[in-house]
Amino acid sequence: MSSATSVAEEIVDYDEALERYDPVMGLEVHVELNTATKMFCGCATGFGADPNSQVCPVCLGLPGALPVVNEKAVESAIRIGLALNCEIAEWCRFARKNYFYPDMPKNFQTSQYDEPIAFEGHLDVELGDGTTYRVEIERAHMEEDTGKSLHIGGATGRIHGADHSLVDYNRAGIPLIEIVTKPLTGAGKRAPEVAKAYVGALRELLRALGVSDVKMEQGSLRCDANVSLRPRATGDQSQDDVPLGTRTETKNVNSLRSVERAVRYEITRHAAILDRGDKITQETRHWHEDTGVTTSGREKSDAEDYRYFPEPDLVPVAPTRETVEMLRGTLPEAPGERRRRLQNDWGYSDLEMRDVMNAGAVALIEETVAAGATPAGARKWWTGELARRANVEGRSVEEFGVTPAHIAELDRLVRDGRLNDSMARQVLEGVIAGEGAPTEVADARGLELVQDDGALEAAVDKVIEANAEVAQKVRDGKVQAAGALIGQVMKEMKGQADAGKARELILAKLS
Amino acid sequence: MNTDPTRLSAAELAHAIASKELSSVEVVQAHLDRIAAVDADVHAFLHVDGAGALDAARAVDERRASGEDLHVLAGVPIAVKDVMATKGLPTTCGSKILEGWIPPYDATLVSRLKAAGMPILGKTNMDEFAMGSSTEHSAYGPTHNPWDLTRIPGGSGGGSSAVVAAYEAPLAIGTDTGGSIRQPASVTGTVGVKPTYGGVSRYGLVALASSLDQAGPCTRTVLDAALLHSVIGGHDPMDSTSINAPVPSVVEAARRADVKGLKVGVIKELGGEGYQAGVRARFDESVTLLQEAGAEVVEVSCPSFDYALAAYYLILPSEASSNLAKFDAMRYGLRVLPEGIEDPSAEQVMAATRDAGFGDEVKRRIILGTYALSSGYYDAYYGQAQKVRRLIANDFSTAFEQVDVLVSPTAPTTAFKLGDKLDDPMSMYLQDVATIPANLAGVPGMSLPSGLADEDGLPTGIQILAPATQDERLYNVGAALEKMLVDRWGGPLLAKAPQLTAKGA
Repeated sequence: MSSATSVAEEIVDYDEALERYDPVMGLEVHVELNTATKMFCGCATGFGADPNSQVCPVCLGLPGALPVVNEKAVESAIRIGLALNCEIAEWCRFARKNYFYPDMPKNFQTSQYDEPIAFEGHLDVELGDGTTYRVEIERAHMEEDTGKSLHIGGATGRIHGADHSLVDYNRAGIPLIEIVTKPLTGAGKRAPEVAKAYVGALRELLRALGVSDVKMEQGSLRCDANVSLRPRATGDQSQDDVPLGTRTETKNVNSLRSVERAVRYEITRHAAILDRGDKITQETRHWHEDTGVTTSGREKSDAEDYRYFPEPDLVPVAPTRETVEMLRGTLPEAPGERRRRLQNDWGYSDLEMRDVMNAGAVALIEETVAAGATPAGARKWWTGELARRANVEGRSVEEFGVTPAHIAELDRLVRDGRLNDSMARQVLEGVIAGEGAPTEVADARGLELVQDDGALEAAVDKVIEANAEVAQKVRDGKVQAAGALIGQVMKEMKGQADAGKARELILAKLS
Repeated sequence: MNTDPTRLSAAELAHAIASKELSSVEVVQAHLDRIAAVDADVHAFLHVDGAGALDAARAVDERRASGEDLHVLAGVPIAVKDVMATKGLPTTCGSKILEGWIPPYDATLVSRLKAAGMPILGKTNMDEFAMGSSTEHSAYGPTHNPWDLTRIPGGSGGGSSAVVAAYEAPLAIGTDTGGSIRQPASVTGTVGVKPTYGGVSRYGLVALASSLDQAGPCTRTVLDAALLHSVIGGHDPMDSTSINAPVPSVVEAARRADVKGLKVGVIKELGGEGYQAGVRARFDESVTLLQEAGAEVVEVSCPSFDYALAAYYLILPSEASSNLAKFDAMRYGLRVLPEGIEDPSAEQVMAATRDAGFGDEVKRRIILGTYALSSGYYDAYYGQAQKVRRLIANDFSTAFEQVDVLVSPTAPTTAFKLGDKLDDPMSMYLQDVATIPANLAGVPGMSLPSGLADEDGLPTGIQILAPATQDERLYNVGAALEKMLVDRWGGPLLAKAPQLTAKGA
């Protein structure tokens, strides 16, 4: 929700900022696992259940209750670690992160501290210009989610100014994997794109692993973006030798597009502050999707002390090497190899494939093709009309409620000759508006190409008669002049005709 | 046979009920009458559930009448320390902060008591959140020692030992984090066992220090402790730290009671300076009896034990400071609004509630633990304490390479006067100096009566320690010693306790 009180801060032009400063990022991604039960108890994890209906003594933190580790969640964590080319700990423990907050039942979060399950990995992400950027992964660790506070009565939906707050503990205890990158340097101007591409690639990887719903809008994939600027290196100084600047951590970044915009915004905001000779305040920032700015959250000093210590209620996690190798055997193909295979299968050009990747549509197209669409048809809709709309509306393509099955159906209707292109667009419109699946929408809206050749022939005759001069030109061999006649025929048919068929008829009659 | 059911041991009651000489209802009623007669003076119960206990007794009697095959302790009543979650029964942990809280679930241990058909008489008094050695830190007033009502019954589980000593219950459940079962047993002339860490499920035990807490039996005889141990012990999938192995054959060991050829180690570091003369004298006599019964006695040194108390008072408060964070007025228990603040924030309500709801000893330990875990101090305090803990475990390992069991006095003194040590935490902490090493290393320990100190006529206790998972050794040695001592005394030690007069009921 946007804050009515947010005041746009001074920013500088992005390119100017990049001339003077080198951006460094650190990305923390929280992934909710899609295990059937919670991290430390047997409660269900389904999204959208009645508040506090999926709770028990353990996840409510009742006195005396004890956690037991969800083995499935540990398996998912190891698979994620392996897919990110990480080392898997032979022995690691959970730790308690102590702080008081009403949505945290025990007033400590059971997490991992200095012994993460996975560490030292990397993920190569491909950028729009065809280059690859290697994102170094510092660690991936297991933890539990907190409950959710709902602040009632204030203008902002935030705690400040609210009359009272309600807490829903359904989310408390849902397994989370936190994936933390090392400081990402050297991206330069491409920093925002790297951030977006990384989160997009991570999402693709997690989806392929089948470990999470990865729905950013529902919070099952959440990204916190740390950004800092340091002066550009001068003389023979290496950029790596310039000390890092003070960072801010931007939260509430709930779509791929927002990741890119938020990083870009913070770079321009930091640059303005540094240009003035002021210091960056180390703090949490909230991203506002609608206004495209960040506002100050709580100040976060390094002195914040969580008093971590090993969780005495749990025994260490010690996956055997056999288990790890067995899990390695369950990994899906690496994203790079997968993309090359799909490009080959689909017959896309390099440019087309890059468009697909930039739209984050690889998996969608794969599912759409699997549902019966042609690769060309699938690409056309996901990276064409839907990507265009998503871009205009600042949403992600998944948010339209259009499924791969819908697109496959639409593609089939066009191929079967029931719809032409402009009718198909109208049908898609209806699907987005929630009117149903493509066939239902076409039926309800009465969209269907006229299959009756008699009606089309009559229209062609009428148009030829009314445009004798143009018709003569076509007869004389100027085939391109037929275009004007086709347009007239389509108009006559109120759009419900197959333009290709009209052309055939016109050319036949005028040959 | 004694006509008063409250004077029978649990084993005798079990036999009488099984052979239908007594009904469970009669046994429960006799104990409820006894509670009504003496508990106003002893104050061992925080909550008595007469109706619930009688219902459970009736159910057992009916099942027996219909010829059902029942557990050996079916129908024998029990009292449970107020730190165990009991569905539908108040559970306060001796703290104001949990006043009125009724758990919606049973601790695993409580479920096992119920499954065995054991009626629960009520919940026993304790130092707040099990922090103390006298029950004087209970927010609901102290328990009095049945041997002398002006004295402490030990702690934190003074209530559980006192109900057994005062014949208010034949059996009770205690919990032992640094001696809270064994030290009260010692000062009340009863038996108390802290099983191997992980031997009894902690699910539903409101944690003081998770890595040290262990529930166990409080009884009048070693055999009774063994019978109860086999009911509550064994693996629980709800407790990750629970041992996945069968319960040691403790009942068989208690019946064997034969120390011939066993090696018994007297711990050099526990028993010298700081131990009351009468405590030492009775301990030495017990050791001599074991020797006469054919055990080989040697002295064993455990040098790191000198640092046990210091390490314990860093590890315990650290874990406790985190375990007790959940008491924040948000979901259950006490809620106090801060005075003079309009529209208080959640944090202000938490602070006001914790200020009003926790007693001084609890606050002291939360502050200690918070400090010990703080960044910059962690290595020096919590980290060092964990190293000492490993050294203590090593001392035990080395010792058990030489001997089968270790022995020491349980507590350095007999029961002191109520109020005597209330303003001197250090001297209170020293009550547990001999019992703490077992918790730090996770090994099992038992305290049984060794006699009465000459100087004050009050009970003294001897502690037996065994290697982890070898709990049956405690019962074998304890039962053998008990038999010899009872023969020497001409009857159970508790027979020498003054009669409590019925008043105030």
